[in-house]
Amino acid sequence: MQVPILKQGAYLIATVQSALTDEDLKQLRDTLVVSVSKVRARGVIVDVTALDVIDSFATRTLRDVAHMIRLRGAETVIVGIQPEVAFSMVKLGLSLEGIATSLDLEEGLAYLDRKGKGPEHEVRTHR
Amino acid sequence: MRSALIADEVRVPIDRDADIVTARQKGRELATQCGLLSTDLAVVATAISELARNIVRYAARGEIIVRRVDENGKRGVEVVAVDEGPGIPDVTLAMQDGYSTSGGLGLGLPGTRRLMDEFEIISDFGKGTTVTVRRWKR
Repeated sequence: MQVPILKQGAYLIATVQSALTDEDLKQLRDTLVVSVSKVRARGVIVDVTALDVIDSFATRTLRDVAHMIRLRGAETVIVGIQPEVAFSMVKLGLSLEGIATSLDLEEGLAYLDRKGKGPEHEVRTHR
Repeated sequence: MRSALIADEVRVPIDRDADIVTARQKGRELATQCGLLSTDLAVVATAISELARNIVRYAARGEIIVRRVDENGKRGVEVVAVDEGPGIPDVTLAMQDGYSTSGGLGLGLPGTRRLMDEFEIISDFGKGTTVTVRRWKR
């Protein structure tokens, strides 16, 4: 199952459509890391709304994606983790510490826009 | 009388990556039929995923069995992961967070125990491993 990757402005958006095998996840990681420089993207959004399970392997791969893309000079944000998926991840002992996450695609885009403006313009959402 | 459409048990042979996805999808279907709610469905599917991956990674092949359980008025789902792989030399060590012999995160077994209500592991070094877990309907 291939994950379609769309270019929107300076961003790449990968939208997961259905359950992914370990092989699919690795392929997504490799494709994103290559594509980000090919299209000179400044940000990457991985939309996982469709995933009903994010297990240890998926978490590790998403974490690797974000770290590799950061090394390539761009930002990654994971969007759309479902509430029951978040519950299972925490129980399992998984975290995406240091990785940006947003509620949905819209919030993810807003996050990357803020990032692009530099830290002095960053909007703080907590009070 | 029980509807013929409701299966009491599904068995999924595991010997490659793609079987992990099949096992958790079939397990989820059965758990849905047992009346588990969405959080518990995700929990059961995640546990199946971890157990099935352990089979692929350490034993090469095995089987995931998901069945409905009724016990003292409680209803739930039981997942059994069976393999005839090399077995686990030190189960206590394997149950520790962060311990892995395959370069993984080392959360599979201890994490699965946290996810489920009941957890049992029997491993015969040289003969194989059987992990049995249960999640009760809330």
